[in-house]
Amino acid sequence: MKKKLFAAALFGAATMMSAPSFAEDVYFPIIAKGFSHQFWQAVKAGAESAAKANNVTITFEGPNTEAEIDKQTDILNAAIAKKPQGLGFAALDSKAQVPALQKAADAGIPIVAFDSGVESDLPLTTCTTDNVNAAGAAADKMAEAIGGEGEVAAEIHDQTSATGIGRRDGFVNRIKEKYPKITIVDIKYANDALKAADDIKATLQAYPNLKGIFASNEGAAIGLAVAKKETGSKVVAIGYDSGKTQKDAIMDGTLLGSITQNPVGIGECVVNSLAKAMKGEKLEKIMDTGFYWYDKNNITDPKVAAVLYD
Amino acid sequence: MTDSTMNQMQAERAGFFTIATMQKAVAFVVLVALLLFFSIFAANFAAWNNMVNIMQATAVNGVLGVAVTLVIISGGIDLAVGTMMTLTAVAAGLVLTNAGMPLPLGILGALLSGAVMGGLSGGIIAKLKIPPFIATLGMMQIARGLALVFSGAKPIYFNDTPSYQYISPESSITNIIPGLEVPNGVFVMFGVALVASVILNRSLLGRYIFALGSNEEAARLSGVNVDFWKIITYALSGMICGVAGLLVSSRLNSAQPALGLGYELDAIAAAVIGGTSLAGGRGTILGTIIGAFIMSVLTNGLRVMGVQEEWKIVVTGVIIIIAVYVDIALRKKM
Repeated sequence: MKKKLFAAALFGAATMMSAPSFAEDVYFPIIAKGFSHQFWQAVKAGAESAAKANNVTITFEGPNTEAEIDKQTDILNAAIAKKPQGLGFAALDSKAQVPALQKAADAGIPIVAFDSGVESDLPLTTCTTDNVNAAGAAADKMAEAIGGEGEVAAEIHDQTSATGIGRRDGFVNRIKEKYPKITIVDIKYANDALKAADDIKATLQAYPNLKGIFASNEGAAIGLAVAKKETGSKVVAIGYDSGKTQKDAIMDGTLLGSITQNPVGIGECVVNSLAKAMKGEKLEKIMDTGFYWYDKNNITDPKVAAVLYD
Repeated sequence: MTDSTMNQMQAERAGFFTIATMQKAVAFVVLVALLLFFSIFAANFAAWNNMVNIMQATAVNGVLGVAVTLVIISGGIDLAVGTMMTLTAVAAGLVLTNAGMPLPLGILGALLSGAVMGGLSGGIIAKLKIPPFIATLGMMQIARGLALVFSGAKPIYFNDTPSYQYISPESSITNIIPGLEVPNGVFVMFGVALVASVILNRSLLGRYIFALGSNEEAARLSGVNVDFWKIITYALSGMICGVAGLLVSSRLNSAQPALGLGYELDAIAAAVIGGTSLAGGRGTILGTIIGAFIMSVLTNGLRVMGVQEEWKIVVTGVIIIIAVYVDIALRKKM
């Protein structure tokens, strides 16, 4: 008898709580590129807090490594089979997984892409960092630190990926547009920290008057920090993403600061967008989730610290 | 062992006008020519600190080159040297950072894990009769996967072991000769080369490595325990990969578990440019070190010149082909 009463009360409470936004239980599976990495844990935290706010249920899944495209497709198919009211998806391959997503669209499930886009019109929106804009901010910081003139160089992590191209062009174009007295003398490519270090040492050798170097991801930034320490160079160094080496280098002054994405914001954006889509609201094709500039002064700021990882 | 094999072996060691010596000389001339070329055409190239940069950039590839040279001379190939290097770095990280053990045990962990993995490659090749190319292709993936698993796919840092820096980036020689700032990693590379050279030319193991590569069947028929020596060769090569793992992780102050793919090709290229024959039975450690230097002088020089990254890769490929062509041309003449 007591048990029944308790269950009834619980049921009542549950219906009352969910009543304001949705009539029935709403479930969104969120499928990331991974789950154990700190970046994805931060995305998950953002998604969970937005789920609470919107009164929906989510699950957060992903393959073990970012190479397991097939595993991720399996997870996607399993999620579609559950007939959810919406789906969040960070495609490991922006083209190869379109057919699998088509199944979700055919079943009438709203899709929101995140982190990196899908080359198709299926997602209602994509929650992502505007790499071009974020790298532009790195260029502004660089210009400020070197006094608006002189030679700078960039070490980019990849010449073909969307993030590599976006960060390179964002940095280069901002310098060209806003700072005519700054010249970009050298752009090299390495994702491997060891190769990046040797690259940057060669660049420092070739351009003795170099004022600053921008490194576009964690690997390149580690290389930049190693190269600066090994040569004792005084160039202004700016990184991207986080990781312990980069954070330590910022604290000891080797790096001036770095750009970080906002994974918590990405997670919130996914769930909020799905909730809006259910209510029939129109969504913009791209939702920029923003970025942070962090340096010695704000690295411990809770808002910034929450999106950094070791 | 056939007479011709014996003659060749003796020629390899003592002869002055052997192919290997000739080719080593050619490689050396190429190295000097490259240094001269860049000194003239790349501003700021010819500076002592840039020479130190080049030496430091050669260390890892030089050591991996030595490792793969031993295996190639024995008639095999090892595609796993790059990812084995990474696995040994992770092993050092597990011992030093995760278990909090002292430095010597970390070094031992790297060397031992390398030797075990190498020995495993050798065992698979010798006992299961799987061709070295396939066996080590498999081991390349196994080592890469294990490095990711054991590290949790995250870098392991050596901040708790400050003395770890003395393996590569620190310069201890300044204590003896003030002002000579050459990183310890460079001396480690030369040390490994020296030891490998002595093993190859002055020990029983070295004799058998040449014998296996020249004519394995002849070695077997003359009573050599071919399987055993093969396993030892790969284990030694794996242990040398452990040295490379220590060098790379010391320089980055972290074991980066995703690094290492592609390093095997650079190492093989260094060996080939230095005159080691992929057919086995012929090669020198000094040649490989010169080969590794040719590659890093090229890389550094083209970068200092400001040559586009993409073209730098093309030029490296051309140099490898020229080196092998010289090998063939010289062999025809002999």
